[in-house]
Amino acid sequence: MGKLFSAAVIIITVVSVAIFVMHVWWLPIDISTTGPAVDHQLDETFIGTGILFFASQILLALFVWGASNTSSSRKIKNFPGGATPLVAFAIILVGLEILTLTFVGSKAWGAIYIAPPDPNSLKIDVQAEQFAFYFRYPGPDGQFGGIHPDKIDDGSGNYFGLDPANDVAARDDIVVGSLTIPVDKPIWLTLHSKDVGHSFFVRELRVQQDFVPGLDIPVHFTATKTGKYEIVCTQLCGLGHYNMKAYLEVLSQDEFDQWLKAQAGQ
Amino acid sequence: MHDVSAQPAVHQHSAPTGFLRKWVFSLDHKVIGKQYYALALVSVFIGMVLSWLMRLHLAWPAWPIPLLDKLSAVGAPAGVMTPEYYLSLLTMHGTIMVFFVLTNAPFAAFGNYFLPIQIGAEDMAFPRFNMMSFWTTFVAWLLMMAAFFVADGPPISGWTAYAPLSAVGGDAGPGLAMGQNLWAISIAVFCIASLLGALNFISTTLDLRTKGMSLSRMPFCSWAWFITSVIALLAFAVLLPACILLILDRTAGTSFFIPAGLVLSDKLQPHSGGSPLLWQHLFWFFGHPEVYIAILPSIGIVATILPTFARKPLLGPRAVTGSMIAIGFLSYMVWGHHMFVSGMNPFSADIFSVPTLIITIPATILTLLLLGTVYGAKMRFTAAALFCLGFISVFISGGISGFFLAQPSLDTILHATYFVVAHFHFVMAVASIFGVFAGTYYWFPKMTGRMMSEPLGKLHFWLTFLGVYAIFMPMHYLGLAGNVRRYSAFVDDYAIALIPVHKFITIAALLTGAAQLIFLFNLIWSRFRGAIASENPWEATSLEWSTSSPPPFDNFGGRHMVVYNGPNEYGVDGPQDYIMQTSPEKVPVR
Repeated sequence: MGKLFSAAVIIITVVSVAIFVMHVWWLPIDISTTGPAVDHQLDETFIGTGILFFASQILLALFVWGASNTSSSRKIKNFPGGATPLVAFAIILVGLEILTLTFVGSKAWGAIYIAPPDPNSLKIDVQAEQFAFYFRYPGPDGQFGGIHPDKIDDGSGNYFGLDPANDVAARDDIVVGSLTIPVDKPIWLTLHSKDVGHSFFVRELRVQQDFVPGLDIPVHFTATKTGKYEIVCTQLCGLGHYNMKAYLEVLSQDEFDQWLKAQAGQ
Repeated sequence: MHDVSAQPAVHQHSAPTGFLRKWVFSLDHKVIGKQYYALALVSVFIGMVLSWLMRLHLAWPAWPIPLLDKLSAVGAPAGVMTPEYYLSLLTMHGTIMVFFVLTNAPFAAFGNYFLPIQIGAEDMAFPRFNMMSFWTTFVAWLLMMAAFFVADGPPISGWTAYAPLSAVGGDAGPGLAMGQNLWAISIAVFCIASLLGALNFISTTLDLRTKGMSLSRMPFCSWAWFITSVIALLAFAVLLPACILLILDRTAGTSFFIPAGLVLSDKLQPHSGGSPLLWQHLFWFFGHPEVYIAILPSIGIVATILPTFARKPLLGPRAVTGSMIAIGFLSYMVWGHHMFVSGMNPFSADIFSVPTLIITIPATILTLLLLGTVYGAKMRFTAAALFCLGFISVFISGGISGFFLAQPSLDTILHATYFVVAHFHFVMAVASIFGVFAGTYYWFPKMTGRMMSEPLGKLHFWLTFLGVYAIFMPMHYLGLAGNVRRYSAFVDDYAIALIPVHKFITIAALLTGAAQLIFLFNLIWSRFRGAIASENPWEATSLEWSTSSPPPFDNFGGRHMVVYNGPNEYGVDGPQDYIMQTSPEKVPVR
């Protein structure tokens, strides 16, 4: 029975690790300037903990294999050196691993979430609601109109609660249902929620950030590849949560300028 | 040294004879332990069926599920569940499993039954409190179950009930009116029950230990129940007021968790000044320690059972207890790792990340010491022993993924994906349940006086062990590929390509679930037809094996137990290879 257990553990371990190593299922491509550091951190963690995982499962299998020999001639053996070397080993090895991961990882985190956004960024407002995202560009005047929750009316398309009658800045705001941005240009999003918690997640940007009702939350990134990518909601927001998505379209600067002009002209 | 026979005869309590006092409103910790076990058993089967329904829907969304429309004609017209009913089942699965199974089975059930016996007490410190704890828990359970039968069904806000989705009422969606009220009240009541229970466990451990039972001689599972009760006392004391505030927001017009200017169902909500993040902080200040409430008792159970079947002492007993205490202590400093991308100050991410990673040190120590205990052993491969070994394997698998999720920079891609689902199911749910299975096969003879069937137990182990790997290992791959959790259907471009993996997981879940019927059958069959158990069938050392199976009403038949040894005396030379805690025999120097 013990040998069977050892065999099962070895097979499970080898198959699991092989699927990771072969990247049978893996992250989608990275299209952001901050993404490579995240991917690097992921690889580091996979190597460090992968060895730990593999070694400890294989040790379990070997020890159980040995423990299944119950012939009366064999004496019970204690672990060489007792508990102290194991405890020291755990503290030193795992401690070093933790230190390394923290020092390297906090840089990757800081680049996305702590570094201030580039002041020359393209600023875009994002409003999340059950179950859609809306994106707002400031228009030719470069100013966003104020948000008035009492004026929000999905029926007439006033998703942000703008007041163009009294607010000059709001008159030329461009509100669209997908996020169109120029490539290689820093983007500065401000996230608002109309109703409950939502989240902004673009796998290829390696960026995820919740919308919190009552807070304006900044997110900044620079996309490095043109193309169309999914924006999905990852915070449980109600019955249509599974279907709450929009698209991120990364265009060349020229295409983007034309697109923006076309939107402003409407 | 004391001569046991010279002890004064103790006053012997007589067992109650009336049906109600004996079986229903019993003050006997053993009956209460069994009541908790029965409640957890019923709950785990409900929770498992809910997961079956969800898995079926994820893999084959268009298939009508027979009889589901009978449970909820609105939620599953013609047997095909709506997106909101999926979320209802998800909420109930999480809530039932975390509160009524993972808190009740390893901690309240086994702890109630065996903590007093293992320390040589006749009962808990406060038997009436103890009875109240169980029946209050039962009321909480009834309130939770009632949510299935209210008009718009159970809540859809998940077991974490994030505000404002959970706080604004029916405008936020189905299930968020009466269903969410029942949820919040049920959890508040559950908190009261758990607080009573925790106080009782702490007092019992500190005050009722018999002569010679120093803290260092307590069995490891008693230590784990003691540490867990301290954690529970502090954790539920925070969740209780949080739930009361949530109830007030929902019913009394307060705005603890609801800011101004929210528009739901085209209505501007009449709230202002609250903070949704406050709920998250309060919830996770409870929620993270809760993970350890679920897992520590199982660690203790495995640390107790493994040496019995390895026939050698647990390696590093003090380091094991110390690691459990360290985990309990650290559990209060890490709640923010659930909130890296929640919108809290990004600087605090590092503050929460470091202690989270540090928890891996005591966890690694525990794992290595359990491994070192297996080294060189002459293992008796009973069903209980196999579940202990399986525990080590799944605890490693679940613990390793913690290294990833503890890092904020990786949370940006893994948060809210199936990688998280894989992580917490392995380390908290599966590992904890393996401890419960090990405990059940080990203690069933003591609790009922009959042995469970070993062949059926082993079959149950193999199907479960292979099954949980088939279910949860692929979820890591799904998460890496970007498969978001809590979706009732997969419409994203990415997720559609992953549906074959979901089908595989669903088949594995159905089979693994079905294998639990073997366990249920074994439990019931052995209760009536199992071989008669001797006093100490496993040749174990702790005090519960020094009394009859099952123990008499006052646990030791009027004897005052005196303890001479620690619980760890296995593999000694002599006519028998172990020394009971009650045996005055000197422990040979090793």
